[in-house]
Amino acid sequence: MKTVRVIPCLDVDNGRVVKGVNFVDLRDAGDPVELARRYDLEGADELIFLDITASSDSRQTTVDMVSRTAEEVFIPFTVGGGIRSVDDARAILRAGADKVSVNTAAVEHPKLISELAAEFGEQCVVVAVDARRSTDVDSGYEVFTHGGRRATGIDAVAWVARATGLGAGEILLTSMDRDGTRDGFDTPMLLAVGEAINVPLIASGGVGSLDHLIDGAVAGRADAVLAASIFHFGEHTIGEAKDRLEAGGVAVRPARC
Amino acid sequence: MTEGPLVAVLDYGIGNLRSAQKALQRVGADARLTSDHALIADAAGIVLPGVGAFGRCVEALEVSGLTETALETASDAAAGGRPFLGICVGMQLLFEESAESPATKGLGVMAGRVERLSGDVKCPQMQWNRLDVLKPGELLAGLPEEAWMYFVHGYAAPVGPDTVATCVYGSPLCAAVRRGNLWGVQFHPEKSGTTGLTLLENFVSTLVGVR
Repeated sequence: MKTVRVIPCLDVDNGRVVKGVNFVDLRDAGDPVELARRYDLEGADELIFLDITASSDSRQTTVDMVSRTAEEVFIPFTVGGGIRSVDDARAILRAGADKVSVNTAAVEHPKLISELAAEFGEQCVVVAVDARRSTDVDSGYEVFTHGGRRATGIDAVAWVARATGLGAGEILLTSMDRDGTRDGFDTPMLLAVGEAINVPLIASGGVGSLDHLIDGAVAGRADAVLAASIFHFGEHTIGEAKDRLEAGGVAVRPARC
Repeated sequence: MTEGPLVAVLDYGIGNLRSAQKALQRVGADARLTSDHALIADAAGIVLPGVGAFGRCVEALEVSGLTETALETASDAAAGGRPFLGICVGMQLLFEESAESPATKGLGVMAGRVERLSGDVKCPQMQWNRLDVLKPGELLAGLPEEAWMYFVHGYAAPVGPDTVATCVYGSPLCAAVRRGNLWGVQFHPEKSGTTGLTLLENFVSTLVGVR
């Protein structure tokens, strides 16, 4: 049976969660480990930490955060942001992360994907793709890098096919058109990308309501749905998200088990 | 902190072994990542983790000089000796061979060949799935009635007489095996939240009094 995973995403800057986390009963809403524990207890299926730290000399801060998380959280977690080499990935995985996510570095050096897969196994390698609607490429979806700021001229559908061919074990697809809008996932894009791959697809970008999660799983046929603000601001719990998905005909792991 | 039973987590230089170690420590074991034969000989129980390709794990075990040790301790466990737990590819290694790496041989303590997942499903299975427990035994006792575990695998061992739990993904898959004190689980108990920790606690409980 296929069960859809619900994945909260935490943006981390210099070891602290950013992008307004607003839980009433957290001592320190900025501590990624405390927030991760909270999501684990609520029934999150996985977690993704996106390290948006600008300076490269604070990599150690990220490694320390990963290590502390691994002491406390016993569900899978992925770490992305700033991973440019096999050595970067090794430091993160050794500290206890289950997967690493690569984005810009993979577009610039696709060989990085095969190197990571050969070293750690495909199941460890998530390729994150930021894409926008565009008339400049055949599929109508263009890859952007550098946090969605730089157009590449690369077709997103062709890119995911190539990335999985090189050893990507999972694709995290973010719609830059929808990210932050709360208008829901770009489901036609999810479908177009999903058809090009045979590895799991994580839908990202645009979730503003629980029904959007159902759209991602049903209309977009995603294997996992990622959201940030609806969970961080305490609007909805993971349990509510799963109840709604189940009511919408999507099989999930129950939040309490 | 009281000293729990010594568990040797076989360290043969692959993947993320730290999470298995940390989860075992959390449930009270004195878990050590090791390839040291003396320490392994002293341990009350053995854990063989594994991620990545079957062939690469076989090779890494060989390079680390642990193939004989793994074979001996797993065989001993199957005959009622010190408890041994294989996790994910560590479970698959207990079998004779795998379609993933036809040129390499597994430990062959369990009969059969590990095959690629088939049917109208994505491969690998990367998700939580519900166990259908056939024979609970010590390891699967006390789990919630609906026990969900986290799976990441593209290949699975055959369902056979040693299978103690299955899960449905396309078709029923072998999720856990047992012979004597030898256990193997296809899922990751160290990544399956409190349910997974309960299983590991059960494993550690079997070690008390072993040595």
